[in-house]
Amino acid sequence: MVSADAIRVDYGARRALDDVSLVVGAGEWHGILGPNGSGKSTLFRVLATLLKPTSGRFVVAGETDPARIRRCIGVVFQSQSLDQKLTVQQNMTAQGNLYGLSGATLGERITKLLWQFHLNGREHEPVQQLSGGLARRVEIAKALLHEPSVLLLDEPTTGLDPMARREWLELLTDLRHERELTVLVTTHILDEAERCDRLTLLHEGRVVTGGTPADLKGQVGGDVVQFGTTDPARVAAQYPMFESRIGDGWVRFETPNGARFAAQAADALPGVIQTIAIQKPTLEDVFLRTTGTRL
Amino acid sequence: MNFLLPAWALTRREFLRFWGERSRVAGFVISPLLFWIVVGSGFGNLDYFFAGALTMTVMFSAMFSMMSLIEDRREGFLLSVLVSPAPRASIFFGKVAGAAILAWLQGLFVLCGVFFTTLRQDPLTLLCVAGALLVTALLLTTVSYGIAWKLSSTQAFHAVINLLLVPAWMLSGAIFDPLLSFAWVRLLVQFNPLYYAHSLVRQFLAPGPGLPDISNCVWALTASIGIGAVLAVRSTK
Repeated sequence: MVSADAIRVDYGARRALDDVSLVVGAGEWHGILGPNGSGKSTLFRVLATLLKPTSGRFVVAGETDPARIRRCIGVVFQSQSLDQKLTVQQNMTAQGNLYGLSGATLGERITKLLWQFHLNGREHEPVQQLSGGLARRVEIAKALLHEPSVLLLDEPTTGLDPMARREWLELLTDLRHERELTVLVTTHILDEAERCDRLTLLHEGRVVTGGTPADLKGQVGGDVVQFGTTDPARVAAQYPMFESRIGDGWVRFETPNGARFAAQAADALPGVIQTIAIQKPTLEDVFLRTTGTRL
Repeated sequence: MNFLLPAWALTRREFLRFWGERSRVAGFVISPLLFWIVVGSGFGNLDYFFAGALTMTVMFSAMFSMMSLIEDRREGFLLSVLVSPAPRASIFFGKVAGAAILAWLQGLFVLCGVFFTTLRQDPLTLLCVAGALLVTALLLTTVSYGIAWKLSSTQAFHAVINLLLVPAWMLSGAIFDPLLSFAWVRLLVQFNPLYYAHSLVRQFLAPGPGLPDISNCVWALTASIGIGAVLAVRSTK
């Protein structure tokens, strides 16, 4: 449904995307995971037809012409794209008109979407009076108005409080059950990434790895043990047989049995190890292992 | 893809935003009348300055209207327009039509003041003046649109518009007759679309010698709009 082949984007002398390729199947929820500055928003802008790549090609819903692609995609931006001065209804109507919708068809779709996203009764309120979470719901309702086959979401929960973020994720889960939709979401939030069918990890404009969240975490395997310590280098040197990463005041090991290893290390290095955390590998561990940096 | 529906969406949005802001509505009514009365009284001739006040009202309203384009970009609304399948010419037309009609209505409001002057007031004259004001509004919103697309801040937009607007207005004939000035001023005037806009309004309200023909004015303004529109649509990305 979405494919990108050797996409390269240069901003002057700086290369924002370098040879990025990916394939997203029909009905798949695909996440682009990477820290700020990894190039995920640039990739989003390319796929949303806002930025012409320096080289490479991309196909969305079988189309390569930007004007045709625009008919097939619904887009939710990181920042708000609603007119704050207009009401919810006025924003939705303007959006429908931009996609050639009008009259009874548009009215029915607006009513249905406002109901679906629990916005009925709020349609005559100016957007500037809505909370961040409600405004986000209007954004996604607006993006689905023309019934796109592909939905592009750029860091959709940025700026939302934890409660609104949880609501948003539940909303996406419901949406997934209700309609056949291919979704491509850029994110640096693990909760969002975990819900995707497959992920592409981006770092410094390049694809570093990809796969299902389970497969990616399987690459790390076992347990992840993190020690808080005053001397990370010494702790790491003590156990050269395990893969480790050193940070500011911490050292992290990948081990087959986290509990046993943590107990041994605490006995062997009394006073040096201050805190211990044992957990199953997360996508952050995958990213750390692959790139050497945190998300 | 439908051309008119997306354009109408953007035009209607300009109206909705306008009526939603009380300060804009107050400025719409009061400032041009105040300007005409104060400056016209200063010159001791409300009749002579009436055409200038009309042109100026439309000019300021139209030229500064596209500051909204920069705000749309900053607030994100423009992004949702650009990822829609609406033709670029339709986006241009919708934005420009909305702003031009508002500027034109403001000009028509000031035109009601003609009944307090000794200028021509027959229906045909008023119709022609209304047409000239609409053409002027379309020209200046087109220019404003082209400039706004290239700029990222409202401060820069203000600076560029003022840089263009003040000399263009001074050389439009609204304040003094530029053809009685230096040779280089007379030459510069020939390339000033506002000179033709102002002259057209004056030709209708108080025809007299020393003004360009109506047909010349219409041609100059139409050509300016055409060139401006082509450049503006090409810059819509």
